[in-house]
Amino acid sequence: MLLLCALAPAATVAWAAARAGGVLNGHPVTEVRPWVGDLGVELSFRLDGFALLMLALVSGVGVAVFVYAWRYFAPRPDLGRFAGLLTAFAGAMLGIVLTDNLLVLYVCWELTSVTSYLLIGFEDTKPASRAAALQALLVTGAGGLAMLGGFVLLGQAAGTYTFSEILASPPSGGTVGIAAALVLAGAFTKSAQVPFQSWLPGAMAAPTPVSAYLHSATMVKAGVYLIARFAPALAPVVVWWRPVVVGVGVVTMLVGGLAALRQHDVKLLLAHGTVSQLGFLVALFGAGWEEATFAAAALMLAHGLFKATLFMTVGIVDHAAHTRDLRQLSGLHVTLRPVAVVAVIATASMAGLPPFLGFVAKEAGLEALLHEGSRGLLVLGGIVVGSALTVAYGARYVWGTFATKPGPAGAPMPSTPVDQPGPAFLAPVVALTVGTVVLGALPVLADPLVGAAATSLDPRVEGVHLQLWHGVSVALGLSALAIVVGTALFLRREVVARLQARLPATPSGTEVYHSILTGTLHLADRVTAVVQSGSLPRYLQVTLVTLLALPGVALLRGPGIPTDLPFAENPLQLAVGVLVVGAAVAAARARRRFAAVLCLGGVGYGVAVLFVVQGAPDLALTQLLVETLAVVVFVLVLRHLPERFSEGSRGLSRVSRVVISAGVGVFVASFAVIAGEARRGSPVSGELLERALPDGGGRNVVNVILVDFRALDTLGEITVLAVAALGIASLVLSGRSSGKAGTAARDPDLPAPEAVGTDDRPVTVSGATGGDPVG
Amino acid sequence: MTLLGERSLLLDVGIRAVFHTVLLFGVFLLFAGHNAPGGGFIGGLVTSAAFVLRFVADPEGRSGRPLPFHPTTLLGGGIALAVLTGTASWLFGGELLESGKVTLHPPLLGAVKVTSALPFDIGVYLVVIGLVGTFLTTLGTEQEGTT
Repeated sequence: MLLLCALAPAATVAWAAARAGGVLNGHPVTEVRPWVGDLGVELSFRLDGFALLMLALVSGVGVAVFVYAWRYFAPRPDLGRFAGLLTAFAGAMLGIVLTDNLLVLYVCWELTSVTSYLLIGFEDTKPASRAAALQALLVTGAGGLAMLGGFVLLGQAAGTYTFSEILASPPSGGTVGIAAALVLAGAFTKSAQVPFQSWLPGAMAAPTPVSAYLHSATMVKAGVYLIARFAPALAPVVVWWRPVVVGVGVVTMLVGGLAALRQHDVKLLLAHGTVSQLGFLVALFGAGWEEATFAAAALMLAHGLFKATLFMTVGIVDHAAHTRDLRQLSGLHVTLRPVAVVAVIATASMAGLPPFLGFVAKEAGLEALLHEGSRGLLVLGGIVVGSALTVAYGARYVWGTFATKPGPAGAPMPSTPVDQPGPAFLAPVVALTVGTVVLGALPVLADPLVGAAATSLDPRVEGVHLQLWHGVSVALGLSALAIVVGTALFLRREVVARLQARLPATPSGTEVYHSILTGTLHLADRVTAVVQSGSLPRYLQVTLVTLLALPGVALLRGPGIPTDLPFAENPLQLAVGVLVVGAAVAAARARRRFAAVLCLGGVGYGVAVLFVVQGAPDLALTQLLVETLAVVVFVLVLRHLPERFSEGSRGLSRVSRVVISAGVGVFVASFAVIAGEARRGSPVSGELLERALPDGGGRNVVNVILVDFRALDTLGEITVLAVAALGIASLVLSGRSSGKAGTAARDPDLPAPEAVGTDDRPVTVSGATGGDPVG
Repeated sequence: MTLLGERSLLLDVGIRAVFHTVLLFGVFLLFAGHNAPGGGFIGGLVTSAAFVLRFVADPEGRSGRPLPFHPTTLLGGGIALAVLTGTASWLFGGELLESGKVTLHPPLLGAVKVTSALPFDIGVYLVVIGLVGTFLTTLGTEQEGTT
């Protein structure tokens, strides 16, 4: 299955190779398909030099990882899911590097976030895996959202969402600065730059093939990719771009290197090393200097090759020796000789030792910074220190994994027992290492690809070539210095460890992440506790005060109450009106709940009589029936409440209730009068009356409106009725404790109470039946 | 025990006398509704009132259940009927919820006009009964002191 899926990246490589000739000569391949036409979003793809380099990495390393994963996993039922996810991820990653539309890029970006979430959490029975996956998703997802905002600002400022057009003529102005900051937030989170670096070591909970692919060669490179694309265009426009991006890159390189020196788990060591290398890449690309861009493109290729190799060797060691703790591994340089050779070559490339590709790339980087003069010096210093750290943690990795270590009594530690890996397990690692060696020894082979990549990023890159031997130069001296210092750091590792232990403890990124997460949850709890107090009078007050504040104020500014209102049209109206008002006052003054309910019913019946007087029998009949049933329902509820209202509040609270009630009463009454007079358009009733019989086939206009002209409204209303019925039933049943007599009569069709109200949330019905709903 | 205290023979007999009449009146209102006062909503309320009356007199019911039906069945069935009626016209090429008319000539009753609004109205009718039924089975059957 995994081998079958390996065909997908393999096909991509073949496709790209077929078109490589033209692309290397500076003729990008483009494809455009319409997608969301109304928004101007097109599935436009553009294969230029840099995209070709990324494609070679994503798909080339992809093939190796698929083959590796095929031997890595013991047969298990969910391998199909794994293969599908990894293929989907590779596709999304290709989308990022190939698309020429910012919005499509964002979609692919989020697709890699989602698929990587699922891949990191692939061991979904382990809580640690799920937590690490969630952290990666939240951090990169938050960054992705910021990036979307940046893209929109940028697209609006430039008038187009086509990536290549924006880069060709970057917009300027204040919004571009904000847009750049937002885009960088996305890139920094994705590429694990300080201060967002902590998710990447956490993501090592993923199976090793995932780490080798996502966290070395592809996903974390997406942020670097974005910075590489934007830097030549935005660095001259946005004043703070260079110091911030290069600064973050250098700091990340140092922080990652220092953290790598502290690790005992070799996979974590490599993870922190990856953070460091990503910082290196960001620093080189971010400057937007043409030679540095060229060097960074070479380093991108080199890093993809050696870091994937290193992660895979860790996986092999883990499988063979069943541990990744360098304090327990010993003697593997004898027992796992082929793996050790490969790992040493890859580490040498990472540490920048000749004659490997990493050395060629780093030399190019140092040369480039030297050519920038004084502004490059500070960066240069940081990178030399970072390189020394790289040498030190590289040595720590090789020594820790493969060396025979001294035991407690001076005698060498016994060799860790190992199971020998099969040839197919080693094949992808060897293949990638061959790339490191050949391209390092003969950099002229990599030169066209790297050159085309750099030229497509920045057309000013010309006449720069990869060389293994620059002659005796300052850059060579700096490389040698880094190697010497790094070796010294490694040899004096006890001293370094003591110094590091003495440093003041800074909160790690994971701790900050956790405190933000728990803080957010606490805040949500607080807000819920305030907003959902569970007190019905409180809810009612908030609702009514809002009614007075918004439509009430609007009403005051409105046309005012018409003056020509008739007092009463006939004596019956007057009589019924007096009765209704009397009943309403009695309801408000009643001390017993039952009396209040009956008075309310009296109000309703009175209004029904008024409807009859006005000639609306349907309405009157409905009102009558609803009042009757309402009284019955009230009676059902009242059985569970005290007979009398509680004495209620005194003083200010009572006054405020009276004021609110009176205000709402006045508002509703005047609203009814004013709204009735405010009609400007011609009423629809005439047309409805005419059409009722011929179109609706009925003489009762009210009914025809309900079931024909406005049938969709009615459909919505009966749906609301049904939902309300189920909601009331669920609330009431959830108020009952299980095991008591109430459950016996429970309707088996209704949802179980457990499904509705959880114990720790205020359930409104408890306020309604146990508390004091009205007075 | 009834809802309002001791069982009363007078209430029992009185309600038994009017129960079927009210029930039938509700159905009449439902069918008459298109041309005269009435309709699914009003008919449903009247029919519900019949069940409420019986429930007030005898909450446990002679069959041991407060209602002879499951309220939720009526709620779901009513909405399903209304939706099906509405979409039927749509499926046959008309607008969603457009009503059609047929004049039937069943024996004895003469010409009877039937519109597709009628099944829609029956849906409304069922939902209303289901709603009131839900009140009765939940609020009504609650034992004293269980909240």
